[in-house]
Amino acid sequence: MAPRTLSEKIWDAHQVVAGGDGPELLYVDLHLVHEVTSPQAFDGLRLAGRGVRRPELTVATEDHNVPTEATDQPIADPISRRQVEVLRENTTAFNITEFPMRHPDQGIVHVIGPELGLTLPGMTIVCGDSHTSTHGAFGALAFGIGTSEVEHVLATQTLHQQVPDTMAVNVDGALPPGVTAKDIILAIIGLIGTGGGIGSIIEYRGEAIRALSMEGRMTVCNMSIEAGAKAGLIAPDDTTFAYLEGRRHAPSGAAWSEALDYWRSLPTDEGATFTREVHLDAAALVPHVSWGTNPSQVAPITAAVPDPDTLADAGARDAAQRALDYMGLTAGTPIRDIPVDTVFIGSCTNSRIEDLRAAARVAEGRTVRSGMRAMVVPGSWAVRNQAEAEGLDKVFTAAGFDWREPGCSMCLAMNPDKLAPGERSASTSNRNFEGRQGRGGRTHLVSPEVAAATAIAGTFATPTDLD
Amino acid sequence: MEPVTTITGTAVPLDRSDVDTDQIIPSDWLKRVERTGFGKGLFSEWRDDPEFVLNLPQFGGASVLVAGTNFGTGSSREHAVWAIMDFGFKAVVSSRFADIFRNNSTKNGLVPVQVPDEVADALLRAVEADPSLEITIDVSERTVSAPAAGIHSAFELDDATRERFLLGLDDIGLTLEHADAIDTFEANRPAWMPSIPR
Repeated sequence: MAPRTLSEKIWDAHQVVAGGDGPELLYVDLHLVHEVTSPQAFDGLRLAGRGVRRPELTVATEDHNVPTEATDQPIADPISRRQVEVLRENTTAFNITEFPMRHPDQGIVHVIGPELGLTLPGMTIVCGDSHTSTHGAFGALAFGIGTSEVEHVLATQTLHQQVPDTMAVNVDGALPPGVTAKDIILAIIGLIGTGGGIGSIIEYRGEAIRALSMEGRMTVCNMSIEAGAKAGLIAPDDTTFAYLEGRRHAPSGAAWSEALDYWRSLPTDEGATFTREVHLDAAALVPHVSWGTNPSQVAPITAAVPDPDTLADAGARDAAQRALDYMGLTAGTPIRDIPVDTVFIGSCTNSRIEDLRAAARVAEGRTVRSGMRAMVVPGSWAVRNQAEAEGLDKVFTAAGFDWREPGCSMCLAMNPDKLAPGERSASTSNRNFEGRQGRGGRTHLVSPEVAAATAIAGTFATPTDLD
Repeated sequence: MEPVTTITGTAVPLDRSDVDTDQIIPSDWLKRVERTGFGKGLFSEWRDDPEFVLNLPQFGGASVLVAGTNFGTGSSREHAVWAIMDFGFKAVVSSRFADIFRNNSTKNGLVPVQVPDEVADALLRAVEADPSLEITIDVSERTVSAPAAGIHSAFELDDATRERFLLGLDDIGLTLEHADAIDTFEANRPAWMPSIPR
């Protein structure tokens, strides 16, 4: 057989019906469901008199709407409350496992899948959420789908998909100290643009990727969609297997050995070719901060807000000027001089235990700047409980951070955690679109380390700036 | 979905690149559990500006949205497609669509008309110059044309999707014709795959 890439191997192993030039029918191993993109899909099933083909390959959680405090009370917003209730009704009616608010397994859908050992190498995983690419960190083919496709998967456990191109993003060399997985992915999106990955599955490769923990790999794969990619993935290796072994739904005993043999066959073959290859020098990276209103509008923290007039492309120039107007920024302002009033540490990009440990190391023994609203929102109850067992909550609260309950929170402001018009955040989330964190709010994407340091400094800062 | 063969009408020129799903339909609107009524939320933050193109009377009643490149970037929310259709659009023209947005469009009968950069740009300029310009999108022929502006171009649409548009086919119904193939596939899945019975 001709040499194949990792994504091609997974694709081939899930092909139910070949498609010729058109879409192929692929089998879905795991379907993750949340309250926002599923109600109309369940309605569609009912209207057509259809059932859920494989409820045991389907798992639901509540995350987008849930408040991050007083979750022992009903949700105050009646529309949010109704949406969550509808998920509970639908999953009961169709016999699907669902984790309600405060259930020990509840959390952000892309945090709990890996945590429970539901995300394994070689699987196909879909969810009505674009950040499903997160699960690619395990060498799974995972991507976001719309509500019609959610209904299709519920009814058939399959999906029609066009065969994607393959793209290798090689991150060569070793990261300097203080530079993180978040900085890698922000730099990649800055390099290839928000549409650079359209029609492609990105495989992240190279020494700097191999050196990342699973949490770091999830951060990288999570934002594949911000480069427009269908999915992003990383070949499974000993780091992956060590993370998975012993997790609740990961195989054990003979099944573990069988799975391990298969997983070791998944990495891209020697001699396989990608449609496109891109290289990034890890050693030259510094912490990144977004300055605009899409995630490709990023700069090193050492730089200044760019001057749109220096951009060659007219479209990019207009977009940059509109972004600066929205963001209330002036070209030439050093990034480190921009004052921030809100810090959000959380989201499916950066709310895992390692992210919280990194932020806590920065916060320890320091104090959040007066007037700053700084919140830490763990990705799941498991993360929150682990953090509390390690005393991280005490570190955060002693420094003046607000220690909250899990959910998507201020990443997309569907719950009460929002920016007011004109407020400016340093956020560990994934999108800096206009109004993303609240109408009129201004979002700058950063790593947990920069977010924590910024909370203390009051302007964009790295941990070493605080010394 | 309803069959879609030919769309003829005027257009709204949205001269912005990277129009993201959060602009198309802000997240507050995603709390609704219905599939209808999203038109009021379409570009709701931008529509606060009375000069925004969707508020201009000369572009009222349009059935085609002509936008900059990389349209529909961002989230998987199908609500974006529902909002565009509920507002009255039947097709969107752009030189590039985000993958999930494109898929969502084709599941609902909204035609994603992907044309070369220069065609998209020419169409934008022509519509800005003449809001009454009539545009025709022929799904069967896979062409978009504005004869009065001398514009005629092919657009990409795979055969299977074209046929679904023309016949208004139910995607799930089509897949269920392959039930035997799905059964066979399932019988051979590895035992280590996770399963979460309720």
